[in-house]
Amino acid sequence: MTPEVAAPPPAANADLDRADRAARQSEVVRALGRVVPAAAILFRHEDTVAYECDGLTAYRASPLVVVIPETEAQVAAVLSVCHGLDVPVVARGAGTGLSGGALPHRWGVSLSLAKFNRILRIDAASCTAAVQSGVRNLAISEAAAPFGLYYAPDPSSQIACTIGGNVAENSGGVHCLKYGLTLHNVLRVRGYLADGQPVEFGSEALDAPGLDLLPLVVGSEGMLAVTIEVTVKLTPKPQLARCIMASFDEVESAGAAVANVIARGIIPAGLELMDKPMTAVADAYVHAGYDLAAAAILLCESDGTPEEVADEIEHMTAVLTESGASRIEVSRDEAQRQRFWSGRKNAFPASGGISPDYMCMDSTIPRKRLAEMLRAIGVMAEKYDLRCVNVFHAGDGNLHPLILFDANDAEQMRRCELFGAEILEASVRLGGTVTGEHGVGVEKLNSMCVQFSPAEREQFFAIKRAFDPRGLLNPGKVIPTLQRCAEYGRMHVHRGLLPFADLPRF
Amino acid sequence: MSHGEAALRRLTERVRAAAAGGEQLDIRGGGTKSFYGEAPRGAPLRLAELTGVSNYEPSELVVTARAGTALAELEALLAEAGQCLPFEPPRFAPGGTVGGMVAAGLTGPARAYVGSLRDFLLGCTLIDGRGEVLHFGGEVMKNVAGYDVSRVLAGSWGILGVICEVSLKVLPRPVATATIAFDVDESQALAQLSAWSAQALPLRASCWTENRLILRLAGAESAVRAALARLGGNRLEPEAAERWWDALRDHADGFFRPSGAELANGDCLWRLSVPARTAPILLPGRQWIEWGGAQRWWRTTAPAVVVREAATRMGGHATLVRAADKASGAFAQPSPTVLTLHRRLKLAFDPARVFNAGRLYPDL
Repeated sequence: MTPEVAAPPPAANADLDRADRAARQSEVVRALGRVVPAAAILFRHEDTVAYECDGLTAYRASPLVVVIPETEAQVAAVLSVCHGLDVPVVARGAGTGLSGGALPHRWGVSLSLAKFNRILRIDAASCTAAVQSGVRNLAISEAAAPFGLYYAPDPSSQIACTIGGNVAENSGGVHCLKYGLTLHNVLRVRGYLADGQPVEFGSEALDAPGLDLLPLVVGSEGMLAVTIEVTVKLTPKPQLARCIMASFDEVESAGAAVANVIARGIIPAGLELMDKPMTAVADAYVHAGYDLAAAAILLCESDGTPEEVADEIEHMTAVLTESGASRIEVSRDEAQRQRFWSGRKNAFPASGGISPDYMCMDSTIPRKRLAEMLRAIGVMAEKYDLRCVNVFHAGDGNLHPLILFDANDAEQMRRCELFGAEILEASVRLGGTVTGEHGVGVEKLNSMCVQFSPAEREQFFAIKRAFDPRGLLNPGKVIPTLQRCAEYGRMHVHRGLLPFADLPRF
Repeated sequence: MSHGEAALRRLTERVRAAAAGGEQLDIRGGGTKSFYGEAPRGAPLRLAELTGVSNYEPSELVVTARAGTALAELEALLAEAGQCLPFEPPRFAPGGTVGGMVAAGLTGPARAYVGSLRDFLLGCTLIDGRGEVLHFGGEVMKNVAGYDVSRVLAGSWGILGVICEVSLKVLPRPVATATIAFDVDESQALAQLSAWSAQALPLRASCWTENRLILRLAGAESAVRAALARLGGNRLEPEAAERWWDALRDHADGFFRPSGAELANGDCLWRLSVPARTAPILLPGRQWIEWGGAQRWWRTTAPAVVVREAATRMGGHATLVRAADKASGAFAQPSPTVLTLHRRLKLAFDPARVFNAGRLYPDL
């Protein structure tokens, strides 16, 4: 597979040879050398090799230059220099992204924000924290803990991923059913536009004047602005959290149980589903104490005051039992609760341990379609002759099927890609979306052709141009070109108005 | 072709004709918020044909409704299934529509505790200024495919396009609610609200005026009971409390509706959106505080520049909601850089400037 490398910028030519690239490289290095110290510029192959990919390791590209600025003035100057020379800029946090959003541009600068790792302010009185974009997600909660507060969105990679990356991807986590995504927990983003102009979106007030541009910037995958500082909302730590592990003999009944819990008016703090192959892999990795005989298990969490949790656990237990749970175990203490979650949070690395490579899908579908989707994935696994383990943020309908394969085997890689694309297409057909929280990056460009019409994709490009008229920030990601969609040759799944204007009441 | 699709086609044809003829359109719902913002201009574009709830399944926590659907009808449907729009959109008057609610993007008393209308918006169908029907987002909770266009429409006052259909996240109505009141002055109220916000309490709304702080608790039975025991205060009778919160949500009190004579005397209704921790703001006139301190309504005759400066100094902004004269601008201006982005985005969606000219900013 050839990684999708974006169209070269106007100044560069697709057929520039190696000599031209070296000339361009020294031109850019020289220009950057005037605004940042030499030690902050990496361009020799051995120095830049560590930046060739993000968490989606199957896609690699060598950046022209890597810059690691230390001050905001340097960031602005780097952007301004790149803008002047028409050099693409790919901002980069911890590089844990799973869709290739931080994949370098062969003709571009990778802008590492690793040095922007300071927590600027924890304000317990207003339940906010101002942090630089390179601060790790978990570090915010650690710094807020003495005040009884935490930062709620908790992507599985939270020990490593940065808040800047979370803003770029609008990351979720296992608790976002109740506490929301990054967007719902961010008040303000400060940074720079492609030309180096400072800009601020949102406000420490609950709204800002004019159009609300924060939802455009959050989840924009580094294509609209470079984030330097983020003000996040902190949440009071619940007094208690307890987790139910419910076993099911059939995947279908586990899927139905998810819909039943929500239908009864319960919003669990977390509601996760793992199928049998996944629990086996995760349990072997961290000994989480999962029921290995079950066809699927659900982790269903309640948090709040002790009284509230006691009521909710009782209510959840009743619904899960009615839905056919064959076994129910409620965490006795915090250690056991953490153990239940450790298997879930280590699902990806655990899968990495049993297969040379895995591809993690990330589509979202209506909850009621979960069982149907699991069955369909099972059929696809046979069709493509590849193993697939399933872990779902079931409460949100967000699926993470992990397709296991060997990237050194070109034939397996090809089948894996087809398998993944078929899952995404099925998700769109079921009324869902190709990505729930990992982003499009380069990985799901083709699937965007299925989800969006040419006019919709053109509207995305128009938004991109409004923020970045020269198209220099992370070019080639997220929005596929018309030509690319034509080559992919799959039809856009049409969605106009929904068909039934007047439903029967129930 | 369904009734909805036919109505949609007629609308796109109307938009294309307007774009070709250099005509301006004023997108109309129920007209219940026409007093808010800058004055509408252009030929009315009515969405009365575009009505009905397209999809609602309580277990999915999502409802999809067409723009012309009466907000009251939508709320009644949700109530039948024990669910609600948790962001409590203000209604101001009967007849408001779902499209108008989203275009105005206003959120009621629960804002600081459950989130804004924008937070609950999951998807939309839109007609842009070229007459193209576009679909963004969807009916699922998590969706990061492409830019989140639907959420930008919340509070866009129709300047980017015709909102035709929206999908909203809904929630179960809280099992238990209770309202309590405390006799405290402004400083005490703000200090108390700040302290409570950092604790795990089932707060759902707060309001201070005339030395009285009123709190609404909502959530599980046990959580509300525990909070009542802990916070004390005077409990309000439930039905009266519900009426009181509804009245606040809909701005029923005379405070929010200056008379013609009062307006003629230069009395204005201002909305100041500031960080919740902001100390008491000193202006002449009367004040209602909501959202844990983050929203402060003022009835004042103070000059616009003074009110705006008071908000800006605190890191917030001020909206001139009701006034005889809005020549100073209804909405605060963003920074010049962000205003440039506004202009470019307007052109990206509506190159011929067909929609709601001047409704948000006079030159947009």
